[in-house]
Amino acid sequence: MGTVEVLLSAFLISFFALVIFIWSMRKGLFEGDTGGGSSIFAANELGRIEDPSAHAGERKALQAAVDDSAPQASSEASVRDLQLRAEADRSSAGVVFVYFACAIGWLVLASSAGVVASIKLHEPDWLTAYSWLTFGRVRTIHLNAIAYGWTPMAGLGLALWLLPRLLQTPLKGSRIALLGAVLWNAGLIAGIGAIAAGINDGMEWLEIPWQVDILFVIGGALVGIPLILTLLNRKVDHLYVSIWYMGAALFWFPVLFFVANLPGLHFGVEAATMNWWYGHNVLGLFFGPLGLATIYYFLPKVIGRPVQSYNLSLIGFWSLAFFYGQVGGHHLIGGPVPGWMITLSIVQSMMMLIPVIAFGVNYVGTLHGYYSALRYSPTLRFVAVAGVFYVMSSVQGSFEALRAMNTITHFTHYTVGHAHLGVYGFVAFAFFGGMYFVVPRIMDREWPFPKLIAAHFWLAFLGIIIYFVSLSIGGLLQGFAMLDAARPFMDSVAVTIPWLKGRSLGGSMMALSHFIFAAHFVIMAFGVGKELEKPTYFREVGSPAE
Amino acid sequence: MSETGAMTEKTVVLGGMVMLAFATMVLVILPYFQLKIITPPKGLKPYTTAQLRGREIYIREGCVYCHTQQPRDKSQAPDATRGWGRASVAGDYYYDSPHLLGTMRTGPDLFNIGVRQPSADWHLGHLYQPRAYVPGSIMPGFPYLFDVKDVADEGERVLQLPPEFAPPKKVVVATPAALDLVKYLQSLDHSYPAIDKPAH
Repeated sequence: MGTVEVLLSAFLISFFALVIFIWSMRKGLFEGDTGGGSSIFAANELGRIEDPSAHAGERKALQAAVDDSAPQASSEASVRDLQLRAEADRSSAGVVFVYFACAIGWLVLASSAGVVASIKLHEPDWLTAYSWLTFGRVRTIHLNAIAYGWTPMAGLGLALWLLPRLLQTPLKGSRIALLGAVLWNAGLIAGIGAIAAGINDGMEWLEIPWQVDILFVIGGALVGIPLILTLLNRKVDHLYVSIWYMGAALFWFPVLFFVANLPGLHFGVEAATMNWWYGHNVLGLFFGPLGLATIYYFLPKVIGRPVQSYNLSLIGFWSLAFFYGQVGGHHLIGGPVPGWMITLSIVQSMMMLIPVIAFGVNYVGTLHGYYSALRYSPTLRFVAVAGVFYVMSSVQGSFEALRAMNTITHFTHYTVGHAHLGVYGFVAFAFFGGMYFVVPRIMDREWPFPKLIAAHFWLAFLGIIIYFVSLSIGGLLQGFAMLDAARPFMDSVAVTIPWLKGRSLGGSMMALSHFIFAAHFVIMAFGVGKELEKPTYFREVGSPAE
Repeated sequence: MSETGAMTEKTVVLGGMVMLAFATMVLVILPYFQLKIITPPKGLKPYTTAQLRGREIYIREGCVYCHTQQPRDKSQAPDATRGWGRASVAGDYYYDSPHLLGTMRTGPDLFNIGVRQPSADWHLGHLYQPRAYVPGSIMPGFPYLFDVKDVADEGERVLQLPPEFAPPKKVVVATPAALDLVKYLQSLDHSYPAIDKPAH
C-alpha cells in the first residue's frame, strides 16, 4: 500500500470518528448531566460519604470535608434502596472473598518473582544454578501471574461485587462463578508451572501452553454466566458507566484470548501482528476498562457526588472502544510488517487522547472542591491516584507511538516503565482502592489496622514513582546510546545499571506494600477487627452520631 | 439520559464487538491475507531438526525478552552499522513459528548472530559465563546447560574457558541442550539479499 492509500485510509477513519462525534453532539450528549450519574446513589443519599475502609474518626472527618464542599446534605436515604443494596452485597460476598483471596495470593507471588527478575538484571550471577529461576523464566512468571492471576481475579471480583449492587439484583449463580475461579486458578497454576519447567508457547503474553489455555476458556465462560444472568434479571432500567466498561471487557477478553491462542492458525510475521493486537488489547480492552469501571464507581461513591458529566463518560467509552483496539501495531514500528498497519496504529494511538481527555476532564470535575476528602478516605486516595496515573500513562503511550519518540524508546527499559505506570499505577491502584472498600462489606468487619493501609499506600505510591522515574531515565539513556553508532553497544548496557538498581528499590517497596496488604487481609479473614456497627449495611440510617 | 442516547446491554455488547471486529480486521485479518502469499527468499534455508530443538531452548529460557530478531532500516537506526544486518523483511520469517521478533534490546539483536559470531566454542563459553567473553555483560549464565565433571566422557564437548572462569581441576562439558541452542544461534544468518522489499 502506497503513501497515498495510507493517508487516505487514515483520513477516512478519522472522518468516520468525526461523524460519530458530530452525531453525539446532535443527540445532545454534550449537554448538562441528565441524571444517569446519580443512579449509584439511593434516593436522598447524595452528599453522603461512604468508605468502609476508613475508621470511624476518618469517616466523620470525611463527611465534614464533603459537607464543607457541598452543604446540601439531605434527609435520610431511602431505606428501600439501601435494603436492596444490602441484599445485593450479601449475595456476592462469599464468591467475591474467594476471588480477592486468589488475587492477593497471585499478587504476592508475582511481586516476589518481579523483584527477583529485577535484581538479576544488575546481579547477573545471582541464582543462576536453577533453571526455573533464570531471568527469562522468572520474568515470565511475574508477567503471567499479574496478567492472568492478580489482575483478572481482582477485577472480576470487583465486577462480581459491583454488578449486583449497581443492578439492585442479587447475584445469580454465584456457585458457577466459584467453579469458574477454581478452573481458572487451576489453569494458572498449571501454566506458571509449565513456564517454570520450560514448556512455553513462545509468544509474549501468550506463553502458557494452549492445552492449558482450555481451562481458562472454560473457567472464564463460567465467570461470565452469572454476570450475564444477573444483568438479565436486573431491577433497574439504567446501566451505569461502570457496567458498560465491565460488560464490554467481559465480552472483549474471551474473543482476544480465543483468537490469539488458536493453535496452528498464526504464522511468521502475521503471528507478530496478532501478538501485539492481543498483548496491547489485554491492557486496553480488559485491564483498563475494569480499572476505569472501578474508578467510575468508587470515586463518586466515596464523596457522595455524581460523576460531573455523564455524557463525557459516554464519549470516553465509545472512543476508547473504537480507537484502542487498533493501536497494538505501534509495538512493531520499524519491524518487517506492512507499513499501512503501523501508520494506522500510530494515528489511532494519538486518537486515544480523546477518551483520555474526556476522562481527565470528568475526573477533575468530579473531584474538584473535594480534595480534602483525600486526607480521610483510604479508598479515595488509591482510586484518585489511579485516575491520575491513567491519564499520565495514556498520554505517555500516545506519544511513545510517534516514530520520533519510538525510535529512541522502543526496545529499551523506558517501555517497561510505561507498562508499569499503566498496569500498576492505574489498574492495580484502582483495584486496591476498590478492595479496601469492598472487603469490610464482605467480611462484615472493619480493617483492624488503619496504619497498615497507610503503609501500603505510601510504599506502593513512592515505590512506583521511584520505579517509573528510574526506568524512564535509564531507558532514555539506553536509547540514546544505542542510536549513536559511534558508541559501542555495551555503553547502552552500562548506562542503565544505576537505574536498574533504582528499579529494584522501587519494585521492592511495591512488593513490601503487597506483603503488608496480604497480611492485613489474612489477619482480617481470621476474625480480627471490630465488627461493623449494626445494621451492617446502612449505618447512614442507623447511626447519625458516627 | 435521553432515550436516544440510552445505553442498554445490546448497545454496549454489540457496539463493543463491532469495534473489536474492526480492530481485528485491520491488525489480524488483513495482515493475514497480505502476508499469507509471501514466499521465502531464495537464500533462506529451513531449520534442521537440531536447530529447531535449539530454538525451543531459546524459547524456554526466555532469550526473546532481551534480544530482538528484527534489525531496523538504516534510515531509522544504526542497526546495520553495529553488524546486525540489513532491515528484515516478512519473508525472512517464513520458517519461524512462533515468531521471535522480540521487544527489548537489553542485549544486541541476534538476527545475524551466526554471521557475526560463527564459533561454537565462543557461544558455548559465552552461554556458560557471559562475562568471560563480554566484560560488563548483564546476561545470566546458564550453568545448568552444562556439566562440571572431573574427566569428560568420550564424544563430549569440552568447553575452552579462559582460565580465571574455569572451575579448578574440573572440565565443563556441554549438554545436548546447549549444543542444540548453539546450532540454532549459528543458523541465524539472514545476510542473503532480501527479495521482497517491504511494502511502504
